[in-house]
Amino acid sequence: MKLLTLATQDKTCATVLMVLAAVTFIIPLCNLLTPADSPLHFSAYTVSLVGKYLTFALLGMSLDLVWGYCGILALGHGAFFALGGYAMGMYLMRQIGTRGVYGDPLLPDFMVFLNWKELPWYWFGFDNFGFAMLMVVLAPGALAFVFGWLAFRSRVTGVYLSIITQALTYALLLAFFRNEMGFGGNNGLTDFKDILGFNIQSENVRSVLFFLSGLALIIAFLLCRWITNTKLGRVVTAIRDQESRVRFLGYRVEMFKLWIFVFAAMLAGVAGALYVPQVGIINPSEFTPLNSLEIVVWVAMGGRGTLYGAIIGAVVVNFSKTVLTGLMPDAWLFILGGLFVVITVLLPDGIVGLMRRNIRSKQA
Amino acid sequence: MTLFNPTRCQALLALLMLVFSLAAHSDPQPAPQPWLDALDTLKQGSMPEREKAIMQLADIKDAHNLAILQALLDSKLFITKTDARLVIGTDNHQGFDLSDAVSGASLGAVGHDALTKINLTNKMRGTLRKIIGELELSADDPKVRLAAVKAMAKEADEKAISLLRERAGQEQDEAVREAIKVALLLQDMDSEDKAVRIMAIEGLKAYDSQEAANRLNAMLEKDENGEYSEPDADVRNLAKASLTNINNRLQLYGSIETIFFGLSLGAVLVLSAIGLAITFGVMGVINMAHGELMMLGAYTTYVIQQLMPNYLGVSVIIAIPAAFVISALAGIAIERGIIRFLYGRPLETLLATFGVSLILQQSVRSIFSPLNRSVATPEWMSGSWQINDFLSLTWNRFYILVFCLLVFVLLLQILKRTSLGLEVRAVAQNRKMAKAMGIPTARVDAMTFGLGSGIAGVAGVALSQITNVGPNLGQAYIVDSFMVVVFGGVGNLLGTLVAGFSLGIANKFLEPFAGAVLAKILVLVFIILFIQKRPRGLFPQKGRAADS
Repeated sequence: MKLLTLATQDKTCATVLMVLAAVTFIIPLCNLLTPADSPLHFSAYTVSLVGKYLTFALLGMSLDLVWGYCGILALGHGAFFALGGYAMGMYLMRQIGTRGVYGDPLLPDFMVFLNWKELPWYWFGFDNFGFAMLMVVLAPGALAFVFGWLAFRSRVTGVYLSIITQALTYALLLAFFRNEMGFGGNNGLTDFKDILGFNIQSENVRSVLFFLSGLALIIAFLLCRWITNTKLGRVVTAIRDQESRVRFLGYRVEMFKLWIFVFAAMLAGVAGALYVPQVGIINPSEFTPLNSLEIVVWVAMGGRGTLYGAIIGAVVVNFSKTVLTGLMPDAWLFILGGLFVVITVLLPDGIVGLMRRNIRSKQA
Repeated sequence: MTLFNPTRCQALLALLMLVFSLAAHSDPQPAPQPWLDALDTLKQGSMPEREKAIMQLADIKDAHNLAILQALLDSKLFITKTDARLVIGTDNHQGFDLSDAVSGASLGAVGHDALTKINLTNKMRGTLRKIIGELELSADDPKVRLAAVKAMAKEADEKAISLLRERAGQEQDEAVREAIKVALLLQDMDSEDKAVRIMAIEGLKAYDSQEAANRLNAMLEKDENGEYSEPDADVRNLAKASLTNINNRLQLYGSIETIFFGLSLGAVLVLSAIGLAITFGVMGVINMAHGELMMLGAYTTYVIQQLMPNYLGVSVIIAIPAAFVISALAGIAIERGIIRFLYGRPLETLLATFGVSLILQQSVRSIFSPLNRSVATPEWMSGSWQINDFLSLTWNRFYILVFCLLVFVLLLQILKRTSLGLEVRAVAQNRKMAKAMGIPTARVDAMTFGLGSGIAGVAGVALSQITNVGPNLGQAYIVDSFMVVVFGGVGNLLGTLVAGFSLGIANKFLEPFAGAVLAKILVLVFIILFIQKRPRGLFPQKGRAADS
């Protein structure tokens, strides 16, 4: 209840939450209850597309937590998303069983193709859904913990931190491209069949996945909102504004940073895990530095330090990406590049900032 | 970089000489009668006649004759079906480009079925090879002689050996003389006489010859009956010692080669990072579009080559100043248009310049197509410097290394000796104070950014010589160059140099054990860990500048 009161204090925030809830419930319900030819029925394409946006929104929000509230511009946030996705992908791979091209009961196709005889140790346990879900949060969380612990303890800040996070995702990109890593090389993991025994292609499963994505987003939103309003959240915001002062006041800055960084990485992992079954593939290109930078654009576009701004930004940018890459494929990078420039120079507070300014000028 | 740059003049001279030598080649020479007769006999269908003709041709020692024999051996000598002319044909996939065998004049192209090939027996091929070897052995060009000696050493018979011995007495060129010595020593290894064999093995110890190493190895191997091919144990021991000797040197050369590769990779890293070091170090500005400025430089090289396709050697030299100007102008435009609104907000600068990089990439993709463009390497940069059998260094990488050092020294001098350099350093140390002293900081910022960007363009010219020129060229180097700057210590050009070279060498030494990709990952991980330990790089700034 306290969560809800927190969430409804701000009008925009409440609106976003309501829209989210509406989307989360209405689209799957429409699909489950109406026949395929009804006008209320959404196509499978639309459902998985909007579902994808929801996972992106979750990813954007998790970055907003570290960037908008803690001032850490992480340029490797996509790596956590991809790791979560890979954990999910590994579970789905193991579910294929004998239905692969080579029909090996244990090994995924690409391992048979590479002439591997047994499953690498890090693949064990991924046939268990619970274990896989645990890894979805633990793998990105552990990476974030090790990386963050090293970086924050030695007080690597600002652009240096941005650059080494970028190097991190770049190194992972290179690593996952290698066939020897045992993650399917540049083809990645795909050709999924089942999730928990249900056909992953079926409309009902898609609707459920969509619903789960929406639910995860709402829960994460409320959770983040709550965190930012606790004492921890306030200290973190203070770190963003005046790091040394907070340190001199006796707070262990690196611990606060680490906490928020790891939490955000886990959220990103969840987003990745929800993303993979909806698009049906995970490959190393998710690690490209450009992907991580795109997340930054979503957040900047929506308005950082607001959480719901990141949601708005992720949906707006990705929706325009879908539309524009269809209409004029060459123009997308021009527009994305232009967005970077225009937002940073003219709209430092993003869409949310613009709306607030409008409201204020109306009131005045 | 004026028109009368010495390097440019040299390239021009080389070009002139090339044209001249081509002209001399196609000049119809007065042909002696016996030669023409022999060529006529060659056209005869019967094998004994042809063999006779070949023997006759063997006595005529001139370069043109050599070319005909070589063509005959390579199955490139034909008789035209229409007018029974002897021609040399080069396959161009659709047909043959012809030139007259006697006069050397070009005869245009014909289809595949317009010619009859002059067939040879295996025996004739063998004879031909030897004749060519002999002719080459007395050629004027030491390089041709050297190649001939090496070819003869591999399959030497009595006659070849006596030829080599004869040649050894009159040979002037040091390298050829050594090669002959090795060839003769190799021959001695097959001698019946144990003492001669021992002498040969002892003698071979000092030479860096692949063939010698192979033969020594063969001596130590057992055949299928478990017998050594070399019966004598003393000789075997000696051979083992000689082989170790050679192998030790081989390892040394291997290391030298790795260091060279590392240095050349380092040179590329330094070139790409040094412009960044200026903008990042001096202005505290993260320019994510730096890689794309390099890409602009590479495309400038491409365009200039397209404009002057006949002067490849010169076009690369012209491209250097052109790329500098174009990238510098682009850089100044970025600084004036975007970055100056964002000073003091490094993270925003990073994002905005990243946007610029996307726009630049897509512009290039739209203008030049998304496919890679190939930039030709001029003649004076291609090929390699063959030091001995085991060690050869490619010229293009060598030149890039030299070029990198030149650019570095030039840049240091600019920063040290020019008034712009003085102002740049002043602004870097204390912006406010510099402004109070009357330094126009806005102008200095623009100029600094222009300088850094221009150097990126120049780096692009170098890159165009070793990798494909495509829209993604910049992206491939951006992470690396940031690593170099950060590793070296921001605001320290020397640090950038040291960091670039050490990362390059480290990468190349790791590659044999770990593979190229893993080596790169290891280096990245190392830097990430290094930054944790020393957040300000190898050579951190000291004093007040470090606080900001």
